[in-house]
Amino acid sequence: MDTKPDINIDRSIGDFHYDVDYEFDAGTGLTEKTIDYICDVKQDPDWIRDFRKEALRKFNSMPMPTHWASPDLENIVFDNIRYYLSQGTQPKRSWDDVPEDVKRTFERLGIPEQERKFLAGVEAQFDSEAAYSNIKAAVGEQGVIFVGSTEGLQKHPEIFKKWFGKVIPTGDNKFSALNSAVFSGGSFIYIPPGVKVKHPLQAYFRINAENFGQFERTLIIADEGSEVMYMEGCTAPKFETSTLHSAVVELVALKGAKIQYITVQNWSSNVFNLVTKRGLAHEEAEIKWIDCNIGSRLTMKYPGVIMKGRKARGEVISIALAGDGQHQDTGAKMVHAADETTSNIVSKSISIGNGRATYRGLVQVGRHLKGCKNNTECDALLINTESRTDTYPAITVRGKENACQHEASVSKISAEQIFYMQQRGISEGAAMSLAVNGFVNDLVQQFPMEYSVELKRLIDLEMEGSVG
Amino acid sequence: MSLKIENLTANIGDREILKGLSLEIPKGQVHAIMGKNGSGKSTLAKILAGHPDYEVKGGTATMDGLDLFAMEEPDERSRAGLFVAFQYPMEIPGVTIANFIRAALQARLPEGEELDAVEYYEHLYRQMDALKIDRKFTSRAVNEGFSGGEKKRCEVLQMAMLNPVYAVLDETDSGLDIDALKIVSDGVNAMRSTERGFLVITHYQRLLDYIVPDVVHVMVDGRIVLSGDKTLAHKLEAEGYDWVEKQQPALA
Repeated sequence: MDTKPDINIDRSIGDFHYDVDYEFDAGTGLTEKTIDYICDVKQDPDWIRDFRKEALRKFNSMPMPTHWASPDLENIVFDNIRYYLSQGTQPKRSWDDVPEDVKRTFERLGIPEQERKFLAGVEAQFDSEAAYSNIKAAVGEQGVIFVGSTEGLQKHPEIFKKWFGKVIPTGDNKFSALNSAVFSGGSFIYIPPGVKVKHPLQAYFRINAENFGQFERTLIIADEGSEVMYMEGCTAPKFETSTLHSAVVELVALKGAKIQYITVQNWSSNVFNLVTKRGLAHEEAEIKWIDCNIGSRLTMKYPGVIMKGRKARGEVISIALAGDGQHQDTGAKMVHAADETTSNIVSKSISIGNGRATYRGLVQVGRHLKGCKNNTECDALLINTESRTDTYPAITVRGKENACQHEASVSKISAEQIFYMQQRGISEGAAMSLAVNGFVNDLVQQFPMEYSVELKRLIDLEMEGSVG
Repeated sequence: MSLKIENLTANIGDREILKGLSLEIPKGQVHAIMGKNGSGKSTLAKILAGHPDYEVKGGTATMDGLDLFAMEEPDERSRAGLFVAFQYPMEIPGVTIANFIRAALQARLPEGEELDAVEYYEHLYRQMDALKIDRKFTSRAVNEGFSGGEKKRCEVLQMAMLNPVYAVLDETDSGLDIDALKIVSDGVNAMRSTERGFLVITHYQRLLDYIVPDVVHVMVDGRIVLSGDKTLAHKLEAEGYDWVEKQQPALA
């Protein structure tokens, strides 16, 4: 009689797992030996080995930020995590060459199909390394580089070295230090001056192994007047033990360049997702983060833009969905470091059951600056009474003729409202979906069509799964 | 063929609210329930709809022979043909009227079948025009910031769109001025048919001048104690409920 879907169905897209033979395995725990193992496998140059070891020292010396963040962080057992797992360091250029067990994972996730349909390039990372990486010939001919971080630092050191670790210093926070110590995979992208990449470049990050940490490192440089849209998706199967995902993403938009970075993550509820993302926008450049956080046990992520050139523009559009037992601790950082810079933050969070959504925003405008503007809009939707939401805005505006606007709202969908919708024939799950989709609709409009469809589908599944 | 309630008892928490209520509304008829505040009128509507706060303790309710209480979820009962127009319709932030009704209609289609959008809007606009609801309301969030009259018209709009077999109107006249009352009543009257039954719950006789009932029931303390034709409503309006209660010495 029970027609409600099983609770695990909300992860049906990503909740599967194949046994894979790993050629390289750094074992559990993190010491200098782990770093040496990773460097040897990846054939890292010496400066990277030094960089990693210095980062490990910083990581070990920094306390967990539990004085302001969730005490749940203490439950990460760093000694139980495997820091590097791969079947080899060279991504394949053709799906035919990708090992069967890995290929069928990505096929099930629909990646090759999407690539054929609408993408300019794809990188598919399986645990620590990219299994597949390719861009369409026409895009490559324009001089666009789209490779993994290892290939980037080995083959394009002149660009890589100039920007790597410059937007997010190693010691920015404990998890950026961790990533800097053990990073593997992620994308390195360079767009030459004036090149406008028409279709999105996409990376897909897949965690397959248990007790594993994924630490991809992405660096995107858009040279003067160029434009690129980058999209990342993430999934992992649900394990009993916790999984750690800790990425660092650095963006550099040179004069007049535009970068749009879209994330649709759908982590299973055992994943600690602790990610540092920041962009550096030069004169008249524009960086826009569109961030959709669905799933995970705890997500901490505050995409930022440092506007260091005149008239630079930063934007963060974020949607966070905190289901039962999940905590989405998200927000944005906008640092205005030049005159006439403008930034916009729109954050929408949804908390369901005992899920918890936290917004942390930082807006800084220096005292010597003029003509800067920030707009922050922060809306929360609570579905049922156990949910909680917190907003911690930190706004520092000095100088003259600078304007900052902050608006926040909280709406609730109560059991009474769900009942009302059900009386009209709409199932409980569909009713919640309808309310959530209505709430985020204006933001979803800003997505490319394919992703807005995908996001709506994820919300529907999540809502169905949260019923009963 | 009828909506038939037999010996229904129901609680909210430990408090018994319905105490053996029986009522039968044959298809094609309009029945009214009148009664004082707290007599259990609105509770009856919510129990029929399947509100989770109420517990059915005994008795049955069937809709054309279909066991209503066997359908656990309120949405199942709705799709089986039951509609309740609420006294206090909920505001649903972020969900537009057009999307709301569309989702409700979509939920009635077999899996894999899509509602035709063009036909849907034509249908919606026709019903809105009839109820004198501005077409701009399609993009407004359901009931959000609506006046009392707008909410009630929106309830009738939903009823017209969903085309139920049995409709319960709970205090649909409350909060309406005379013009709105006429519009809402016209909307309901237009839907009267041999294929549909109505239960109109009201406090005042006034509504029954516009929606003329076939049978009027009087509810006292969780039970129907008296039934009659429309003249009973006039008598209640003129003389109050005291005389009814006096005829029921058994009720404490």
